[in-house]
Amino acid sequence: MLYLPHTTEDIASMLQAVGVDDLDGLFSTVPEDCRCKGDLNLPEAMTEWELNEHMQALSDSMAVSPEYKVFMGAGSYEHFIPASVLYLLSRSEFVTSYTPYQPEMSQGTLQAIYEYQTLAARLLGMEIATASHYDGATALAESLLMAIRVTKRSKVAVSSLIHPLYRRVVRTYFEPTGYEVVELGYLKSGVTDLTGFDEMEDLAAVAVQSPNFFGCVEDLQAIGERAHDKEALFIASFTEALSYGLLKNPGSQGADVVCGEGQSLGIPRSFGGPQLGILASRKIYMRSLPGRLVGQTKDLDGKRGFVLTLATREQHIRREKATSNICTNNSLCALAAATYMASLGGTGIRELARLNHDKAEYLKNELKKAGFTISFDSPTFNEFVVEFPKGFEANYGRLLEKKIIAGLSLAPYYPELVNHYLLCVTETRSKEDMDSLVREVKS
Amino acid sequence: MRESLGTTGLILNEPLLWEKGRKGRCGFSLPRRDVESSPLSPELTGEGPDFPDLSEVDVVRHYTRLSQWNFGVDTGMYPLGSCTMKYSPKSNERQASLPGFSGAHPLLPASLSQGVLRLMFELEQYLAEITGMDATTLQPAAGAHGELTGMLLIHAYHKSKGVLRSKIIVPDTAHGTNPASAALCGYRPVPVKSNEQGILPVEAIAEVMDEETAGIMVTNPNTLGLFEENIQEIAEIVHAKGGLVYCDGANMNAVMGIVQMGKTGIDIIHLNLHKTFSTPHGGGGPGSGPVCVKKHLEPFLPVPRVVVENGKYALSENYPQSVGKLQAFHGNVGVIIKAYCYIRSMGPKNLKKASQLAVLNANYIKEMLKGTLDLPYDRPCMHECVFSDKHQRPAKVLTLDMAKRLMDYGFHPPTVYFPLVVQGAIMIEPTETESKEDLDQFIEAFKAIANEAKENPGLLHEAPKKCKVKRLDEVTAARKPCLAG
Repeated sequence: MLYLPHTTEDIASMLQAVGVDDLDGLFSTVPEDCRCKGDLNLPEAMTEWELNEHMQALSDSMAVSPEYKVFMGAGSYEHFIPASVLYLLSRSEFVTSYTPYQPEMSQGTLQAIYEYQTLAARLLGMEIATASHYDGATALAESLLMAIRVTKRSKVAVSSLIHPLYRRVVRTYFEPTGYEVVELGYLKSGVTDLTGFDEMEDLAAVAVQSPNFFGCVEDLQAIGERAHDKEALFIASFTEALSYGLLKNPGSQGADVVCGEGQSLGIPRSFGGPQLGILASRKIYMRSLPGRLVGQTKDLDGKRGFVLTLATREQHIRREKATSNICTNNSLCALAAATYMASLGGTGIRELARLNHDKAEYLKNELKKAGFTISFDSPTFNEFVVEFPKGFEANYGRLLEKKIIAGLSLAPYYPELVNHYLLCVTETRSKEDMDSLVREVKS
Repeated sequence: MRESLGTTGLILNEPLLWEKGRKGRCGFSLPRRDVESSPLSPELTGEGPDFPDLSEVDVVRHYTRLSQWNFGVDTGMYPLGSCTMKYSPKSNERQASLPGFSGAHPLLPASLSQGVLRLMFELEQYLAEITGMDATTLQPAAGAHGELTGMLLIHAYHKSKGVLRSKIIVPDTAHGTNPASAALCGYRPVPVKSNEQGILPVEAIAEVMDEETAGIMVTNPNTLGLFEENIQEIAEIVHAKGGLVYCDGANMNAVMGIVQMGKTGIDIIHLNLHKTFSTPHGGGGPGSGPVCVKKHLEPFLPVPRVVVENGKYALSENYPQSVGKLQAFHGNVGVIIKAYCYIRSMGPKNLKKASQLAVLNANYIKEMLKGTLDLPYDRPCMHECVFSDKHQRPAKVLTLDMAKRLMDYGFHPPTVYFPLVVQGAIMIEPTETESKEDLDQFIEAFKAIANEAKENPGLLHEAPKKCKVKRLDEVTAARKPCLAG
């Protein structure tokens, strides 16, 4: 076996040094009736070449771009990833190291994460960002729990236009805690409805996503002010990080905490994971933040260096009193995002974000011209909702056969929105792709 | 002694990203604009993020230089205890990046995702077989996330019985994340001490287990690298009072094909695919922390679950008692694919062999270093062994000094100061992918360091000397945090 270096002679001499007769003798402390009888019932080993063939066949059965034209976003976006980003991510010094507990041997990871924290904070207009979380949904759940700790209140208000799957993760995290989650409805224009908000008492936080699940841009400033009137934390969530290349960032609109998904920043979709949970906040909440943080310091010679810091918030020191149980960050995903943001630069991200917006507007207009209704009239970034005629479902299936994925049906998530589809257009969809989508949905 | 691995070579200084670059550069091939520009109200647009503009060469050199300041398993031995830093096969990286996997949207209709669903379904079965449990969820994103899932399952189970319990037993040899995971579910951890043999005494559990206690979290093999020999009796006691047994399976690398964990009386176990199943640690993640359960807990597993209907794979939400969702989509599939490939490449015989050799390597190090370092629990160990700095303390040399000096010899230090039950702990987990020559060189290095501790302790106090930086001021970093530039 190519990953097991021991020769028969090595094993014999090591067993002798240990003082046991054979490999089984190493397990004398295991009670007899806990042991496996016989071999594990697993498929026999494959050679590298057999595995290549097997995996290729599995991979070939998947519907992916460019063969398929996928107009689906909803928290997982198709963006071009430069070869240089993927190449750097394969550097094994980054890939095969662990959490930088020993900073002298991990300056590469540490500086890269410090830079990621800085770029993420700048993208969102915040003072600080953590070293990353599992995904946008868990970042939201942890942000809400943090607001409860900070305010010592036990109720949070969450917009119903936050990604439905994120809200389900929040409910899972909250279920055993006894804390309450109330949902804010939405208006005909496709943004969060604050009716009834004034009657809500004792809120720890108000959380809103922008662009929201319908793709609409929320008036964060106004919602933030309402949240602050009640001395609740204002949490801005997002699923499409690239939008802040163009849109006003949440920090400049009064957000206390910003959390969301960074998959758009150079991370392959990989059937939904791993992704990148981005969590940023104002500096005053630094010591209440969940998760890892990297800070700048100096070595004995006064040279700049980086370390994991504020560990006294974390589980291995604080145990049950920790700010979270999280013990990892999605470090390699954060590295991907940093290399991607560095490659785009300030000029590039602006242009790319604008192109996403403009392409989505093109499709929106073409669909309008073709007689379809755009469900909500609020401004959008690269996703929007369209209402297709009754019975479109059959047509959707026919389009799949033509290798076009005409967005995501909203009915499973919002039962009132039958025949409404969430469409996404990024820089990867050409004008031709969009024209053919319009032609096909019309026929 | 052979020539030391540790040496110095030319590595380059590199400023921070935003200390480089010139406005107007770009390292990204901007896609062609084939549509008209469409106006957006200036009230909605911001100024755009303040990122440096860099060329592709700027970016590639920057990160190449940074990578050279790092040490990974591919660089050398990385015997970090309880972290299982085994070699990550390169073939698995290739498979996970196949376009059908890396490009797959998680919400595609099941008919268009058969390959990945089949892979997930099969991996769930493999992990159930390896642990001797009945059902698996692949959704948790990391080990601690698996622990949280386990606690949610315990909570949901008791709730279904109409009673909520308030406490959970957590021994001192459990992983550090365990108490925090329990606290997230509203449980108060009840600490229990291990005995002089480093394992859990049955009586101690019997004493604290009551009907207010939801269950126990046992790390097995534990963080002293010892098998919990009394686990079956402990499980009986916990079950008799209506509690459940959660096993932290982070150390599963010691017992694949050897111990059928399901027979030890446990109800739930989490695995770390980035430890036992060779997926790379990525500088701290992403990992993956699947959870395997016995039949009676299956209805509570997270949704959606992969099922087979009429010979086709599908995702089902039809589990009304489920704890819900742990992350937005289906788990860290990119990581899951690599673990699947590992199991397929190894097959049943090599998985068992891997565990045997992991345990052989740890016992070999234990035997070879026990005269040099204090060994507080001199018993047969599993995948790791735990020493202390007791012999070196009189010369004012501490675990940290020896750890830092190991860097100069070209090794990543072991886990230090954990588990807390051993003062000045040095926790060494070599894993099976280190050859005898590598182990011998590590042992020689440690002996040389112990000798230096006697003869020239200054060398240790000043270590490391061959790294990019010297010891860093962590106190100032925490007192006056600088978290962004």
